[in-house]
Amino acid sequence: MQVHEYDAIITGSGGAGLYAALEASKSAKTAVLSKLYPMRSHTGAAQGGIGAALGNLEEDRTEWHAFDTIKGGDYLTDQTAAFILAEEAVQAVYDLENRGLPFSRTEDGRIAQRRFGGHTRNFGEAAVHRSCYAADRTGHMILQTLYQQCIKNNVHFFDEFQAVQLIMNGTHCAGVIAVELATGELHTFRSKAVMFATGGFGRMFKITSNAHANTGDGPALALRAGIPLEDMEFFQFHPTGIMGMGILITEGVRGEGGILRNRDGERFMETYAPTLLDLAPRDMVARAIMTEIQQGRGIRGDRRIDDYVLLDATHLGKEVIEAKLPDIADFCRTYLDIDPSEKPIPVQPTAHYGMGGIPTDVHGRVTTGEQIYEGLYAAGECACVSVHGANRLGTNSLVDLVVFGRRAGIHIAEFIQGAEISPLPDGYSREIEQRIGEIRSTAGGENLGELYEEMQSAMMAGVGIYRNEKGMREALETIKELRERYKKVRLSDEGSAFNSELLEIIELGNLLDLSLVTAAAALNRQESRGAHSREDYPDRDDPNWLKHTLIALKNDDVFLAYKDVDITEFKPKPRVY
Amino acid sequence: MKITVEILRYNPETGADPAFQSYTVDAQPANRVLDILMDIKRNQDGSLGFRKSCAHGVCGSDAMIINGKEGLACKTLVKDALPEGETTIKVEPLKHFPLQKDLMVDPDVFFEKYRSVSPFFIPAEAPPKSKEYIQSRDQRKKFDDPTKCILCSACYSACPVLDTESGFIGPAASAQAARFNKDSRDKGLAPRLAVLDGENGVWGCENHFECTRVCPREIKITKLINETKREIKQFKEEKGIE
Repeated sequence: MQVHEYDAIITGSGGAGLYAALEASKSAKTAVLSKLYPMRSHTGAAQGGIGAALGNLEEDRTEWHAFDTIKGGDYLTDQTAAFILAEEAVQAVYDLENRGLPFSRTEDGRIAQRRFGGHTRNFGEAAVHRSCYAADRTGHMILQTLYQQCIKNNVHFFDEFQAVQLIMNGTHCAGVIAVELATGELHTFRSKAVMFATGGFGRMFKITSNAHANTGDGPALALRAGIPLEDMEFFQFHPTGIMGMGILITEGVRGEGGILRNRDGERFMETYAPTLLDLAPRDMVARAIMTEIQQGRGIRGDRRIDDYVLLDATHLGKEVIEAKLPDIADFCRTYLDIDPSEKPIPVQPTAHYGMGGIPTDVHGRVTTGEQIYEGLYAAGECACVSVHGANRLGTNSLVDLVVFGRRAGIHIAEFIQGAEISPLPDGYSREIEQRIGEIRSTAGGENLGELYEEMQSAMMAGVGIYRNEKGMREALETIKELRERYKKVRLSDEGSAFNSELLEIIELGNLLDLSLVTAAAALNRQESRGAHSREDYPDRDDPNWLKHTLIALKNDDVFLAYKDVDITEFKPKPRVY
Repeated sequence: MKITVEILRYNPETGADPAFQSYTVDAQPANRVLDILMDIKRNQDGSLGFRKSCAHGVCGSDAMIINGKEGLACKTLVKDALPEGETTIKVEPLKHFPLQKDLMVDPDVFFEKYRSVSPFFIPAEAPPKSKEYIQSRDQRKKFDDPTKCILCSACYSACPVLDTESGFIGPAASAQAARFNKDSRDKGLAPRLAVLDGENGVWGCENHFECTRVCPREIKITKLINETKREIKQFKEEKGIE
C-alpha cells in the first residue's frame, strides 16, 4: 500500500474543507482528499445567501443574529458558539468579497442583502435583510472563490480519493485510509491532523435536495472508529423542494416575497406564524405544509405524504425573478416546464440538512466534551459544534462552514507545530481490507439499488417530518434488516480501475449506519424540539430533554449518552414567531 | 414507456476498442438521462462507469454527449433527448479527453488549461479595512455571465478547433479569464495577457459558436472570447505593444 505523509489531511473539498486548507497550508504541509473533482462539492448548490449582520440596508446587530440562531435551534444551540458564528460572520463575508466573490450589489455598490427565514431585527420583531447573496448562486460563488484561492496558493489536491477508514491510535488520530478511484488501490495518509469536511448525509432519505455524493462518509468513519455522534435525531426538511424530485427551491423566493398557498389559495402560514408568515424557520414551515396536506388542503387533497402545495412568486414579476432568482427560474423551466413568473411552483418538503454530526468544540477539534480526540478535526455539515441546535436557520450553513472551517484550519496550523505523527497501530488497515475483500468475494444476490430504495423509503416514512414511536420502531427494524442483507450485496463490476460500484456499496454502508443511529436517537428523544417533531410527545420538555444526545455504535448496538447545552445569554422560552 | 439506451463503453483493463452496448429500460418522459443511467447501473449492470453528484445541473460532474450533443445528463430530460417518434438515446463520452472508462474521461488537461489563465482574483488595489470593495450594479453586471460557469467541460468537447489544435486553451478557460478581466476590482487583462494573447490563447477561436450552443448554463462564451480579443487589441494599442 502506498503511504503518504503530511502535516494535515483535509477530507472533503467543499467550503469548510477549502477554507481550512487555505489556512492550514500557510504553515503546514497540507493535502486535500476529495472523492469528487474540485468544485463538484455540494456547497456549490447552496442558493439563497450567507447570513451576516452587515446592516447594509437597515440596522442589524450580531447579537440579534446570535439570538435568532439560538431561538431557531429551539434552544439546543450552544450559545458561545452561536455568538462566535454571528460575530465572525461579518468579517468572513468581507474576507470572501475581498478575495473576489461576486456578491450582488445594493444601489450604493455594497453587498446586497435579503430577508430569510427566522432572521429578525430586535429579537423577533420582524424579518431583517441579513442574507448576503450572489443572485441565487451564493454557494457556487463561495466554492469557486475558495477553490480559486487554493489555486493561487498552490494547495495540493488528491482528486477522487475516497476516505474509507480513519486510523486511530487510542484517542490520537494517526491518519486516514482512502481508495483511489482510478486504480482501486488503498492509500494510507499519515498525518499529525486529519480534518473531516465531508458534508451531509441526506441521501438516507428518498426525497432530498442532497447530491448523490452526500453519503456521510466522515461521520460514518468516526462512528466506526468508536467516536459517538451528536444530535443525529435532528434532520431538517426544507419546506420547498420541487415536487417529486426534491430539488431545492431557495427560501430566497420567499425572502423576495413569494407566498405558500394551499388548494384553496389560502396563505396558510398566517395560521402558523402570524408575525414572520412565510419566513418562519424551516421546521415550522415544513410542518405547516405537512399539516395542510394531512388535513386535505394539499393541491391533490388526498392527504398522502407525497401531496404538495404551491409556492407563488408570480407577483414578483419576470424582471425580479430573472435578476435575483435566475437559477430557480431555470430549474422550473427545465424540470417542471413552467415559468415561475407566470405559474406557481409545486413544492413539497425535501430532506435537506443534518444538524447533528461529529461533535466538535469551537476550534473544530473533535470532542465529546469529556473525551478529546487529539489531531482529529471536523467542520461544516458533517460536524456538530453545535450552532444549529435542533433546527438550522437558512444561510447559517454557509456561515458555519466559512467561520468554523477557517477556525479549524487555524487551529490545525498551531497544533501541528508541536505535534508528531502518531505511529500506525499494528494491523491498522486490516478492517478495511477485510471489508473490501468481503464485498469483492460475496456471491450473494442482494441488489444495491433495492437496498438503497428500501432504506430511503423507510427513513422517509418513519423518521420524516412528523414522527411517532410506531413509525420509528418500524424504520429501525427495517434498517437493521437492511444492514444484514447488506452483507450479501452483489458487486458486479470485477475490475479495479474506476470501480465506482464498489465505492457506492461502501457509501451505502455508511448511510445504513447513519440511518440506524438517526432512527435510534430519534426514538430515544421523547419530546418535540426543532426539526424533531413527535406526534406522541408534541411538546418541548426542557426539564428532561434540554441536552445533546451522543450516540455510539458497536456492531449492531447503540449506546446513548448526553451532553449539557451551553446556555450563557438567552434562557429557553416558548418558541413563537 | 420502453426506451433503448445505447452507451459507448470502454474498459481500460481489457483495452479493447470502445463499442456500443444496448440496454432497455422503462422510462418516463420527465426522467433525467442521469436517472436512466443510474437505473441501468443499479439494476442491470453495475460496471457502467459515469460521474454524477448534484443531479440538478449545478456541479458539472455529468457532462456527456447525448444524441450527438454535449449536455449534462441530469439536466437533459428523456423527452428532450429523444427526437420525435424515436425511442433510442445514444450516450457517448466527451471528446478531446483521454478515455478512462465508459462515460468517464480524464479531465486533467481541461483543469490544467483552466489554471493556466490565473483564474483567481488579482486585486487592483488593497481591500478596504473590514469592509467590501464598492462595486456598482452595472460594474457587477459586466461579468455576471461567466460567473455561472460550472467547469463541466461540455464546451471543451464541442469546440471544433480542438479537433486539430489540441493546445488551444479552449472556451471555458477563456470565459473564466473574462470573468476576472471584466471585474472592476481586478487588475484585469495585464496579468493574463501572456496566456490569452499567446500561441494557444483566444486567437485560436474561429467563431464556430458550438460552445455557446451546448453550454448548459447558457453562457455566451463565443461573445466573451470575441470581447477578449478586442480588449487585447485595445490594450496593446494603448501600451504600444506590437
